[in-house]
Amino acid sequence: MDLLISITVFVLAAYVGFEVITKVPPTLHTPLMSGSNAISGITIIGALVVAGRYGGVAGVILGFLAVSFAMINVVGGFWVTDRMLQMFKREDRS
Amino acid sequence: MNEGLIGPVLAGYLYLLAAVLFIVGLKRLQSPATARRGNQIGGAGMLLAIVVTLIHYEILNPWVIVAGIVVGSGVGLWLARTVEMTAMPQLVAAFNGFGGGASALVAAAELIEKHGSAEFNLQAAITVALTVIVGAITLSGSFVAYAKLQGLIPGRPFGYPGQKVGDSVLGLLIVALIVWLVISPNVLVMWVLLALSLLLGIVRVIQIGGADMPVVISLLNAFSGVAAALAGFVIQENALIISGALVGASGLILTNIMVKAMNRTLGHVLFAAFGGDGGGGPVGGEAKPVRSANSEDVAIALGYADSVIIVPGYGLAVAQAQHNLKELADMLEERGVEVRYGIHPVAGRMPGHMNVLLAEADVPYDKLFALDEIEDDFPHTDVALVVGANDVVNPSAREDPSSAIYGMPIMNVDLAKHAIVIKRSLSPGFAGIDNPLFYMDNTLMFFADAKRGISDIVNSMKEL
Repeated sequence: MDLLISITVFVLAAYVGFEVITKVPPTLHTPLMSGSNAISGITIIGALVVAGRYGGVAGVILGFLAVSFAMINVVGGFWVTDRMLQMFKREDRS
Repeated sequence: MNEGLIGPVLAGYLYLLAAVLFIVGLKRLQSPATARRGNQIGGAGMLLAIVVTLIHYEILNPWVIVAGIVVGSGVGLWLARTVEMTAMPQLVAAFNGFGGGASALVAAAELIEKHGSAEFNLQAAITVALTVIVGAITLSGSFVAYAKLQGLIPGRPFGYPGQKVGDSVLGLLIVALIVWLVISPNVLVMWVLLALSLLLGIVRVIQIGGADMPVVISLLNAFSGVAAALAGFVIQENALIISGALVGASGLILTNIMVKAMNRTLGHVLFAAFGGDGGGGPVGGEAKPVRSANSEDVAIALGYADSVIIVPGYGLAVAQAQHNLKELADMLEERGVEVRYGIHPVAGRMPGHMNVLLAEADVPYDKLFALDEIEDDFPHTDVALVVGANDVVNPSAREDPSSAIYGMPIMNVDLAKHAIVIKRSLSPGFAGIDNPLFYMDNTLMFFADAKRGISDIVNSMKEL
């Protein structure tokens, strides 16, 4: 893949990020941080590729650690964000 | 890569779909009503990305992957389900660290596998070096932040003799190793670079005080995103680049908000070793007259008001008094008093932390107002009730150019008709600055622990 294309993708995605996230209200900033943190666990793709590829002892250890770390980030991040967001309720106007 | 069920083109489109789901999910965080669904959409995107990867790539040793998934998911679930809401900043710091660490390991494994091959070109060498550095700093820095917030190590800034020189030498060594790694890719150099980057993360964050940890966590959140994006450059996968860039943007925005709310600059937070340990200092010396009140006085002032704004600070959470506060607010509303909450950005230990703590106590989110939404309403409000907050309601920030916190945005509770402050003593907050609010004519001081004090007010209110 061309480096210029990768950098273009990065710049445009960062711009989209700024546009979308500036509009998140302060009341949701903690779930925003834990939720976006879970998204950074996308590095799991790399971890799975690496873990599936090597045979040697070092490869097995590195792969296992990378997958474990990324999965802690992904599963824990989405789960705890859900736990927080389910507590946010509007006033009962019954 | 093999010719499995899905080829590289289809896999590419599915990864793109996963990245789009992340953006759609984040977009839904723009309202609390849609946020939970948004997070689930993001989770679905992640599941899609994982499944596509498992099908698309050739897997030589599936047991390593199964073991990693089982262990990682188990630990992640356990942490996410058992954490107390007050401990959320530590948990987010830990998750940031794991994410950054995973990215660094992916880059390390790429170098081990491919160095010396034609595929490992200049671009690969540079991106591997940068991913290892950013990922490792995120890993070690996050765990120091975790240890400070969890109280495993004291929150005060730690220095070491010759710290400026030492930090600079460490920085220069890392730059030299990057150059070495780019000129001749080599596994041993990569491990040394990883180790020095871990060390840099530790020495940098350990020099920052506990009170500044909200800024540090936000910045490390951005770092974990940048590490993931860099890993995307290494394995040449757009899904990582897009997602990492989104997270980097999010972390930077939050860092900027926290720095402004604390009246600081990022450079000052990172390099000035200013922030205290997050605890209160000693009581200020001179005795100025204050109007001290008991629970009946406070109950009367609140019970006969038309409008009340509650300004909570972290002291509320330390005393675990959120539920008592909610009970008091309910009683006031039953009496026809309008009750709202004014939440300063640094009211908790991370951006938005106080909102989560109040949501846990069943306070509806439409009663929580951000600084800019409520700051003009204090002059028309009968009572501003301050619980466990100090520096964020200090009028010196507005009026006294000689004050260390001059210019910091504050909740103008002193402009309300009456201010009531529930506080254990007159001790200053972490900035160590005396608060003129406590000595004003329209301020009532109710000296009590937040939990005890509020339940006493509730009891007095029952007798009104």
